[in-house]
Amino acid sequence: MVTNPSIDTHPLSAEVGQEPLLAVDNLHVEFTTRQGVVRAVNGVSYTVHAGESLAVLGESGSGKSVTAQAIMGILDMPPARIPKGEIRFRGTDMLKLSDQARSQIRGQRIAMVFQDALSALNPVFTVGWQIGEMFRVHRGMSKRDAQKKAIELMERVRIPAARQRVNDYPHQFSGGMRQRIMIAMSIALDPEVLIADEPTTALDVTVQAQIMELLAELQRESNMGLILITHDLGVVADVADKIAVMYAGRIVEGAPVHDVYKNPAHPYSKGLLDSIPRVDQKGQELYAIKGLPPNLLDMPSGCAFHPRCPYRRDNCVTDVPPLYEISGTRGSACHYYREVLDGTLG
Amino acid sequence: MGRYVLRRLLQAIPVLLGTTFLIFAIVYALPGDPLQALAGEKRVDPVFAAAMREQFHLNEPLIVRYGYYLRDIVSGDFGTTFRGLPVSTIFEGKFQVTLKLALTAVIFEGIIGIGLGLWAALRRGRWEDKAVLAVTLLMVSIPTLVSGFVLQLMLGVKLKLATGIDFFPVAGVQDGVRSYLLPGFVLAMVSIAYLTRLTRTSLMETLRADYVRTAIAKGMPRRRVLGRHALRNSLIPMVTYLGADLGTLMGGAVITETIFNLPGIGQQLFLSVYLRENPVVVGIVTVLVLIYIVANLVVDLLYAVLDPRIRYE
Repeated sequence: MVTNPSIDTHPLSAEVGQEPLLAVDNLHVEFTTRQGVVRAVNGVSYTVHAGESLAVLGESGSGKSVTAQAIMGILDMPPARIPKGEIRFRGTDMLKLSDQARSQIRGQRIAMVFQDALSALNPVFTVGWQIGEMFRVHRGMSKRDAQKKAIELMERVRIPAARQRVNDYPHQFSGGMRQRIMIAMSIALDPEVLIADEPTTALDVTVQAQIMELLAELQRESNMGLILITHDLGVVADVADKIAVMYAGRIVEGAPVHDVYKNPAHPYSKGLLDSIPRVDQKGQELYAIKGLPPNLLDMPSGCAFHPRCPYRRDNCVTDVPPLYEISGTRGSACHYYREVLDGTLG
Repeated sequence: MGRYVLRRLLQAIPVLLGTTFLIFAIVYALPGDPLQALAGEKRVDPVFAAAMREQFHLNEPLIVRYGYYLRDIVSGDFGTTFRGLPVSTIFEGKFQVTLKLALTAVIFEGIIGIGLGLWAALRRGRWEDKAVLAVTLLMVSIPTLVSGFVLQLMLGVKLKLATGIDFFPVAGVQDGVRSYLLPGFVLAMVSIAYLTRLTRTSLMETLRADYVRTAIAKGMPRRRVLGRHALRNSLIPMVTYLGADLGTLMGGAVITETIFNLPGIGQQLFLSVYLRENPVVVGIVTVLVLIYIVANLVVDLLYAVLDPRIRYE
């Protein structure tokens, strides 16, 4: 049994075998708090190629956002610390770069879309000013040219009457439009990697679909690598090429998106899929994964999921499961992944 | 915006009426006879007293006297003292002194308070931050009466004796701007401490905001993140405090002006309360209330400039 720490190759990617655009390798992030050291990320590895979409799935506290913030280099350090791991962008470990070099990447080559655009946009500046700032500061453009660019971008993310609205403030837009502005700002300088941290969580369901569509479309046009962080499995299926399911700071299953949907290889992924409400279950009680997410200060022994796992065996309590390789593109951190796949466990 | 200003000014009318009536009632409710106070220990001639009472409407009920007072005020007449001196002559030059003093204090407050506050916020949790917290606590705890006399003695008298140079004049206004430095600082001390803490908290809160994280994620240089994105949002509570404080400082100048013998409105107020010059007291308070109202209006209008989410409809 071989472990496959990085879910690397991917059948849909045009660049299989090439050096990925972004590679997170055995990343560890911990926070020093008064109660002790919180290990938020414990050896996460994933890769994104150009034109590829990776969905990172997990509950709050699973470490998915912290990993993204580590990639962006926007963690507050201290209290955060990265004791181990690499984050390679086009082959260079960004954790070893100087602040100066890092800030040349941040926002320009790797950009991020945040969850709640109302709080993520500055309330006291116009949207045009905030989008144009990317061009003024990073490209040394004049105010007028930057404004022009801002209008172009607002049109590109399909904000109606962009020319008239460029001098409006964030609070004057609807939630969906605000998120479009956030997206326009993030793609301003044609980044190679775009990280979207729960970009649709704060939005209505109808608007969610539009925003996901927009992200997918922008990605196709510019061949960006997209990391989509979410806890909503429904959002993922249409957009993502592959999925990394995170639990307690680890990846518990990594696979092409359809494999996971068809037949999950980890009890936690299976639980997530089963908890999506379906029409044919109308009238029945909704399925929920029992128990609570683990306390990161006091992690369970062995497999972190064992207290909530319906298939728990004795060795789950004692042995930490490695990420078992199922196929070239698939891995599961469950001792009994075969049985989970075959449906013979439980 | 114009309508808003007009509405606010109209709203000021009942406030002005209420406050002046209150102070009018309180001043005339003070025990003792103001005419007797004029004469000191001597007996007042009853004929003279009766004439005075008639002239100053002292025999009328309070509300009627207040009516007379209002009528005069509207025509720009602040009345005359019992000594026959027009109140407006007593005001002459005094408001300027107090205004200069208060402005000096506000400048000190703005520079030191905001500066220290920002510095502490950026050094959060380190010894510099803790030192600022300790010093400001001390500044709040010492009453102006104490800090005034101590600084007057140390920086005014002793420093002059030690160096032979009169850095900080201890009394009067004959040295121009220099005369206002020490009293201005003393007057500002408590406010400096408050503003420092307010600035510190406000900036620390803003630094945690999502839009600051966004600015960092956009790759903005640190100085820009702090100076544009964070500071602009923290300014609102600071401006509010500074603006409202100008009015407070003018009223609070009573003690400072008395300590440093500045011929301002505060000293006059103190003197007039003592001498029972009721028209002067009411006049001064009326003007102070007006200044307070205008300062607050300016602050409210500044909000809209600082925060586009606030609109006056």
